[in-house]
Amino acid sequence: MKQEFNITIFSENHIGLLNRITIIFTRRKINIESLTVSASALKGISKFTIVVNETQDRVMKVVSQLEKVVDVMKAFYHTNDEMIFQEIALYKVPTEALYNTDKIEKMVRNAGARILEITREYTVIEKTGHKEETQALFEQLNEFHVMQFIRSGRIAITRDPIERLSEFLKERDAMFDALD
Amino acid sequence: MATKRITGSQAVILSLLEEGVDTIFGYPGGAIMPIYDALYDFDKHVTHILTRHEQGAVHAAEGYAKVTGKAGVCFATSGPGATNLITGIADAQIDSIPLVCITGQVASPLLGTDAFQESDVVGISMPVTKWNYQVTSAEEIPDAIAKAFYIAQSGRPGPVLLDIAKDAQFQELDFEYKKCTKIRSYIPEFPVDPFKVKEAADLINAAKKPLLLFGQGVIIANAEDELKAFIEKTGIPAAWTLLGLSALPTDHPLNVGMLGMHGNYGPNIKTNEADLIIAVGMRFDDRVTGKVSTYAKNAKIIHLEVDPAEINKIVKADVPVLGNARNSLAMLMENVQQNKHDAWVQEFRDCDKIEYEKVIQKDIFPEKQGLTMGEAVRIASEKTNHEAILVTDVGQQQMIASRYFKFKHSKSNVTSGGLGTMGYGIPAAVGAQLGAKDRKVVTFVGDGGFQMTLQELGTIVQNKLPVKIILLNNNFLGMVRQWQQLFFEKRYSFTELTNPDFIMIANGFGMPAHKVTKREELEAGIQKMMEHDGPYLLEVVVEKEDNVFPMVPAGASVSDIILEA
Ligand SMILES: Cc1ncc(C[n+]2csc(CCOP(=O)(O)OP(=O)(O)O)c2C)c(N)n1
Repeated sequence: MKQEFNITIFSENHIGLLNRITIIFTRRKINIESLTVSASALKGISKFTIVVNETQDRVMKVVSQLEKVVDVMKAFYHTNDEMIFQEIALYKVPTEALYNTDKIEKMVRNAGARILEITREYTVIEKTGHKEETQALFEQLNEFHVMQFIRSGRIAITRDPIERLSEFLKERDAMFDALD
Repeated sequence: MATKRITGSQAVILSLLEEGVDTIFGYPGGAIMPIYDALYDFDKHVTHILTRHEQGAVHAAEGYAKVTGKAGVCFATSGPGATNLITGIADAQIDSIPLVCITGQVASPLLGTDAFQESDVVGISMPVTKWNYQVTSAEEIPDAIAKAFYIAQSGRPGPVLLDIAKDAQFQELDFEYKKCTKIRSYIPEFPVDPFKVKEAADLINAAKKPLLLFGQGVIIANAEDELKAFIEKTGIPAAWTLLGLSALPTDHPLNVGMLGMHGNYGPNIKTNEADLIIAVGMRFDDRVTGKVSTYAKNAKIIHLEVDPAEINKIVKADVPVLGNARNSLAMLMENVQQNKHDAWVQEFRDCDKIEYEKVIQKDIFPEKQGLTMGEAVRIASEKTNHEAILVTDVGQQQMIASRYFKFKHSKSNVTSGGLGTMGYGIPAAVGAQLGAKDRKVVTFVGDGGFQMTLQELGTIVQNKLPVKIILLNNNFLGMVRQWQQLFFEKRYSFTELTNPDFIMIANGFGMPAHKVTKREELEAGIQKMMEHDGPYLLEVVVEKEDNVFPMVPAGASVSDIILEA
């Protein structure tokens, strides 16, 4: 059965690595629903968060293929239940709409969103949350014609009390020491 | 080590020498000319073989790697030179062959400008390399080459590509070479887990009908002795995959033959009767498993494998044992009991008898008028005392040669398995001969595949390589014709060839050649070829519409293997 999985990859920050990673998905005709890459807490190590809608079996196999990439340190996969995740969305609406009614202000308040900038012409609103939540706010605001809308890729953190990457790095170092 | 100031191009050559490279296969062009210029001063230290096409260079490097176990090295220029390597790189990737390919690239300020002979070689080769990297400054060269060799040759080997911009080849650097022994993001192989070994040993000790399947992993890990000792202690029959050929002597009493679509009858049907499969350094390729959902259903599976991604990829392992085959077999050996499975092994021998009567005898001792591929293979193997290196192209001749050629020594089989690359044979023979100068290299090729890379006859002659080529001419793209006959109602759509005069072609290259059309001439023809001092082409005109049997039809179970049409 297909479901949403979060694939987390820790890798070197090397040119071309993004391509090497995405072709593993492309080759198996797996669509990437969302992708975020940035520096991780470890110096020089990047962290990818990739969301796919797939069967667990296929995701497991993709993760083993990802780990084969020389510049990939470690990859994990998790279901949505196993993670806390967020996306961030920005909305640009005409400021005029705020003058005419208090609807927008209510929407912002109810959604736990916030206003980042107000100019004479436009107002920029920010909301973090799950896709359904940022989408719902978009639908509401669109009554007043959203001028621009952008949603980030997902970022996620495990609920697991054990930090599996740290565990892995310890094991790896022990293995390297044994080899020396 | 003291540093010295040299150019990037000189650094390329010196780095290769540091890695012990003695042979380079390549083809020059604008973007790699500085490297070729540096090479000019090192002709005493390294042999460069100028092939006639970059595809020839990369297949030759593969052949060299297969017989030596060391990385094959090839050079090509940017653009078309580099793209001509791709087929061979893809071949090496799927067959786990260590290669270091070095391509020239346009000068770094020109990258991305559609400069003359610029192509995105790093992008193009990414899906078919274990690792690749673009060098844009001379300082990077020693480390990049050190890393390239380490990655290509460690763990599960594979091809790597370094794309070196022309300005980096000209720039100077302070040269110092340090071999690479560790990359923090890369674990080439895992240490063998003794608990898994114990679990595996328990299954082995309890099994009634165990069958060991071994692949190229045994050869890559130099685990031939461990394999032999293991099966002799446990009495377990062992079958090889196409790439496992030669890891065990053909005539070993526990060698029960070849797996797969055109493999032997016994190991195929017995796979589905076995109660335990011990897979060693093999990856359950679809040509081996047939229909996976009915494969080895009565068996527990132990999988000894160096690449974690192969575990459970196709067939679920009850006991996976990660690590290189040499270590894992040695550890298993200490945990298994001395045993015998004589009755079970006899069942394989009974199958052999059936196969011999229905298939083999007609293939290798035919009584019909036309010549068969099988008899040519049998005689060539006999005339070389089963000591030769076998190189094959792809198609019927490959399957027949793999079935009937015999081996006494490991690293003696050079063939394109996973990719099935026609045109592989002749150039791979070039590399095999250079990698094993004292051994006889016997190459079988079909009339189709021969015409894909026959220009490499020029390379063979120029370098006086005593390669023996047996061209099995059936005037068809034989393997495709066989499928058309069996599965497409004999609709021979574009598989018949109007062939050139192959003898004239060989002679034109300066290679002696002879054509055999009758049985009476065959043995003497092969004898003469083997005795000839130097390269030789023997064309054997075989029956046009012979088929390779047994056969597991595509999508069928291994136990549904058919012995005749
Ligand atoms: C480059 C390439 N193109 C096409 C094929 C498909 N193919 C597989 S076997 C074969 C026929 C080979 O004919 P030939 O070389 O005459 O050898 P034979 O089968 O007759 O021994 C073909 C076309 C292939 N394996 N490789």
